[in-house]
Amino acid sequence: MPELSPAEIEALSLSLKIALWSVCISLPFAVACAWVLARVDFPGKLLFDGLVHLPLVLPPVAVGYLLLILLGRKGAVGAWMMETFGISVSFNWKGAAIAASVMAFPLMVRAIRLSIESIDQRLEAAARTLGAKRLDIFFTITLPLILPGILTGIVLAFARSLGEFGATITFVSNIPGETRTLPLMLYTLVQSPGNNAAAFELMLVLIGLSLFALALSEIIARYMRGRLEG
Amino acid sequence: MLEIDVRKHLPGLDLDITFNVEKTGITTLFGRSGSGKTTLANLVAGLDRPDEGRIIADGTVLFDKRQKINLPPEQRGIGYVFQEGRLFPHLSVEGNLRYGQKRASEARAGGVSFDHVVGLLGIGHILTRRPRDLSGGEKQRVSIGRALLAGSRLLLMDEPLASLDQPRKNEILPFIEGLRDELSVPVIYISHSMDEVVRLTDTLVVLDRGRSVAAGPLEEIMSRLDLSPLTGRFEAGSVITTQVEGDVEGHPLTLLRFPGGILTVPRIKADKGEIVRVRIRARDILLATQPPVGLSAQNIFKGRIINVSKGENGLAEILVDVGIPLWARVTAKSCLDLGLDVGKEVHLILKTVAIDGASLGGRRRMDQ
Repeated sequence: MPELSPAEIEALSLSLKIALWSVCISLPFAVACAWVLARVDFPGKLLFDGLVHLPLVLPPVAVGYLLLILLGRKGAVGAWMMETFGISVSFNWKGAAIAASVMAFPLMVRAIRLSIESIDQRLEAAARTLGAKRLDIFFTITLPLILPGILTGIVLAFARSLGEFGATITFVSNIPGETRTLPLMLYTLVQSPGNNAAAFELMLVLIGLSLFALALSEIIARYMRGRLEG
Repeated sequence: MLEIDVRKHLPGLDLDITFNVEKTGITTLFGRSGSGKTTLANLVAGLDRPDEGRIIADGTVLFDKRQKINLPPEQRGIGYVFQEGRLFPHLSVEGNLRYGQKRASEARAGGVSFDHVVGLLGIGHILTRRPRDLSGGEKQRVSIGRALLAGSRLLLMDEPLASLDQPRKNEILPFIEGLRDELSVPVIYISHSMDEVVRLTDTLVVLDRGRSVAAGPLEEIMSRLDLSPLTGRFEAGSVITTQVEGDVEGHPLTLLRFPGGILTVPRIKADKGEIVRVRIRARDILLATQPPVGLSAQNIFKGRIINVSKGENGLAEILVDVGIPLWARVTAKSCLDLGLDVGKEVHLILKTVAIDGASLGGRRRMDQ
């Protein structure tokens, strides 16, 4: 395999950074949403469920456009963020991380929700009779038991974030060194003639990363299942 | 000790239970499956909520609809040993045991020490193991220990032996007796097994289709003919409390003293003076109007009939007072032929071999 060019290395490290942040941003919200969806019944739950899963079915370009309207420099939330915190997420890597986290969010929620639904709630009842309060139970019983689901969700969301393209290019454009992640770079290479070899190489890198992530998630899931069987 | 007066409507079961238990020791809730035993346990533990009524345990009001009191389970101080154990799979045995201990409030803590409980239950060698590596019997012992260490003032046990085979059951029973005899923890024991009931129970509460039909000392409830459809059709019988007189020299037999005289039973390992409970099945008793002669039976007692109840199945339940009431079951035909009626003097015959070792329950720990 030929060596990666500096531009490619830059895109790779940017991709990893963005994917990492994407996972960190979505994780707490994903756990909360998954818990609500698995355990709480309320009017409008179906709508809420739909909203959470929307990025899964909506064209990514539409999500990107929505983010642009909301979080762009002149967007409702974007302008407020700039004024209050002096933070801008338009056309920089932070915006790319947000776009990736929105797109990966449903996958993460799904994995965590499934594991919350599969745990034996009678164990939580047992913990109550032993003197534990609800929040205490969440951290000492529920969370350790859904750890496999959380780890699976993290790996899936990470892989999805690495591959994010449509929402990213719409929301934060394709700026080398700032928002040009691996998929955007691949797109750029394909757009201009004479880059077949480089594009092919990049594609291999993407395949390798994705396979690695999927294998990792499977290994984690197996290990945790073995540990938690009781 | 325990005051229950609750109503709850459930699909398929209308719970309406009222009873009062004053004695500590082991109170058994006995009834068929579907009679509301586990539901009642959940109400007492606070995992479920009655529609109406009140629950008072050990002087504390746990639930009172009218006073709007409903203590959450974590504040009730009631240890719950579940049928399936419910050990936390992500924690070691020690982690499970310490879970409740760490959370026991000041007021509840200080009852029993970790080492004492571990020693009593014989689980010192498995502290580092995970629940999945334990046998069924070990799981239940850990489960009992976990509930005890949470500083429980009362222990609820929901058929803790139901999923175990007989040897494992025999392994756990002495520990449950130990709770009462060594730690003086009141226990509410749920069961549908008459063997367990006879061996463990101090106070028996009989449940049927969501109602409490009787509550009182075991011997008293067991000698009530009207309860026989509930306390066991085939296994119906009396429970008597006896004191060991000694062994019969040269024979594998033991003599037990009870108010009706001396009972000869197959040899049991018990010291003279020890209190032993015996169950005598009604179907194992013969009645004779004349003193029997030339009979191989070792146990013959004279008494007077105090109650006769004829069932629809062609059988008659007869209660004979031989110093204490003993329950005999004969056919309605022999009842008629012999003229068995209240006030008549009869001789009651019991084969020694009809009393099997399993029905002999110790009031104190006893090795079979």
